[in-house]
Amino acid sequence: MRVALFVTCLVDAWVPQVGRAVIQILDRLGVSVDVPLDQSCCGQMHVNTGYPGLAVPLIQRYTRTFGRYDAIVVPSGSCAAAIRHQHADVAASAGDQALGRRATAVAGRTHELTEFLVDVLGVVDVGAYFPHRVTYHPACHSMRVLRLGDRPDRLLRAVHGIDLAELPDAAQCCGFGGTFAVKNAAVSAAMLADKAAAVRSTRAAFCTAADASCLLHIGGGLSRAGTGIQARHIAEILASTR
Amino acid sequence: MTSAHAPRGVGQLHGTEPFPRAAERALADSQLRENLRHATSTIRARRAHAAAELSDWQQLRAAGAAIKDDVLAHLDTYLVQLEQQVIAHGGTVHWARDAHEANRIITTLAAATGAAEVVKAKSMTTQEIGLNEALSAAGISVVETDLAELIVQLGHDTPSHILVPAIHRNRTEIRDIFLREMPDAGPALTDDPAVLAEAARRHLRRTFLSAQVAISGANFAVAETGTLVLVESEGNGRMCLTLPRVLITVMGIEKTVPTWRDLEVFLQLLPRSSTAERMNPYTSMWTGSVDGQEFHLVLVDNGRSAVLADRKGRTALRCIRCSACLNECPVYERTGGHAYGSVYPGPIGAVITPQLTGVAANPTLPFASTLCGACYDVCPVAIDIPSILVQLRSRVAAGQAHRRRLPAAEAVTMSAMAWTMLGRRRWTWALRALRLVRVLGRGNGQISRLPWPLSAWTASRDLPRPPRRSFRDWWRRR
Repeated sequence: MRVALFVTCLVDAWVPQVGRAVIQILDRLGVSVDVPLDQSCCGQMHVNTGYPGLAVPLIQRYTRTFGRYDAIVVPSGSCAAAIRHQHADVAASAGDQALGRRATAVAGRTHELTEFLVDVLGVVDVGAYFPHRVTYHPACHSMRVLRLGDRPDRLLRAVHGIDLAELPDAAQCCGFGGTFAVKNAAVSAAMLADKAAAVRSTRAAFCTAADASCLLHIGGGLSRAGTGIQARHIAEILASTR
Repeated sequence: MTSAHAPRGVGQLHGTEPFPRAAERALADSQLRENLRHATSTIRARRAHAAAELSDWQQLRAAGAAIKDDVLAHLDTYLVQLEQQVIAHGGTVHWARDAHEANRIITTLAAATGAAEVVKAKSMTTQEIGLNEALSAAGISVVETDLAELIVQLGHDTPSHILVPAIHRNRTEIRDIFLREMPDAGPALTDDPAVLAEAARRHLRRTFLSAQVAISGANFAVAETGTLVLVESEGNGRMCLTLPRVLITVMGIEKTVPTWRDLEVFLQLLPRSSTAERMNPYTSMWTGSVDGQEFHLVLVDNGRSAVLADRKGRTALRCIRCSACLNECPVYERTGGHAYGSVYPGPIGAVITPQLTGVAANPTLPFASTLCGACYDVCPVAIDIPSILVQLRSRVAAGQAHRRRLPAAEAVTMSAMAWTMLGRRRWTWALRALRLVRVLGRGNGQISRLPWPLSAWTASRDLPRPPRRSFRDWWRRR
């Protein structure tokens, strides 16, 4: 099985430790992974802000870069959701039916990290050790578009030493929403304040999710409020060892 | 995309300011926030329970969507069938292109009776077209008989929710409105809900008994029989439908269903989704006119035909106005309905309003969502609201590009980012250049202040400073 990592533009640029963590997990599980450097962005930001035309060449690039792999791993629920639920539609709406068909094929082999671990590799215990109190935010696109279900929870429960705390009102959005955080900053901040309060109420030391962008938002709120609670991508927790 | 002949929606479908600004004001109202939080979280839990009781809920949703899609694809046939049936049963049918025409028709009908006052059952369509204002301008006074609509009317206010128009008010505020506006209420009025309801009941009863004309909406209209259906909780609707000698029903053309049997699906979906009840207290059905009562049906387009032209966008017209999406929406929960400007607030409003009016008239509504998808999950007719929002956003951006001589800063940024991301060397170097930003977070590793427009981010959140090395640079050198 030829496996590639689509690390996503945000992780590549801003939180590279998430990408390194995915490589560590897969190394430990004996999966050799390739990182084709022609990759950049899935185009979700362009589509969701109203510029689907600009996303078409990015979709083309994604399908060309990853077309030769049997499985593509993405450490972001939102990007995986865009690839699986937007790419073909955007290509077809732009009149490129052939790209739409290719995009559908590649999307079918694209897996969010926890899906790849649980469904493709059939692993729940990845040999991680993380002796801290952690709360999990399900992240909207992971939960409602990809329907990750209990996959992240099963992976986290198998982490040695972890103390998992249930997040109140977990299903509520953190208020990120891409450019929403800037275009509707006040509403976004109000939602974030409630999410941060819910995280604090768990007395967890870490808040985790399967999405780096939501975590950047939640982490930014937790930092501004001086809570001392850290945002950690699920890959970083699963990569931690004794 | 839209037909040149289809009229645009006009009426109470515009705010006076952009959503983000209106939202900011609402967010600062702590009483409003608490009222909304309490009301929406309560109804959310109840709805989830009511839906979970039915093992075939997902099949019901699919059936509801399929029936409505068939209606929307063959609306021309069903509407004519409906008209024929209503006429055959002694009713009169009027067609209104838009809000102005609808108001003219209804005002003329009401004025012809010589009545100085009309009673109204709760109806979103009459709110949409601004009927109360039109009737008042013609010297006809209007009495809202739904309790929440009465509160809104007496408070000289506008509805902020499809089903619970006074959701932004708590019981103390309602008592104060009654004390001020209801001379017969008496100073002993308390804020006990039962006492408030009793005061409203007494206030309305006299009006019901003397009213000559009633105006109602309709939740459904059965094309095969010409039967109108009204679903309600209080019984005021039943009084309006049966007591006055002239009944005028106003409905959006998309409320049609093909057959009587189709009601089986919707009468399960609607109450469970809206009030979280297995069955609503009152379901009234009437066909044409009866002895002693004259019946008029006003079919309102007001932008709906124009929406039909778009395959994805028209699925928004499946909406049965249950308001489950409002209660579920984290944005609505914090801003309330007034921020949306339109009588249709919340997620469904953000997709219906700009489609009825054209996006140029409501360019900020498609962006009033994080695309979290909670609305789609609860929608009883499975409207993929996030996808429609995304489509409308592209229409807004395209419209702005068309009107401006110079492209907007956002369009330039988006193009520049796409261009950078499409070149391997460009992207690699762009990520290296990010290192320069590290200086902003040299204190604790967090950036707390960025220039406009990113200042909107740092106003309430930190941003970790970018790393020394991008992932790709680490990968290449490992």
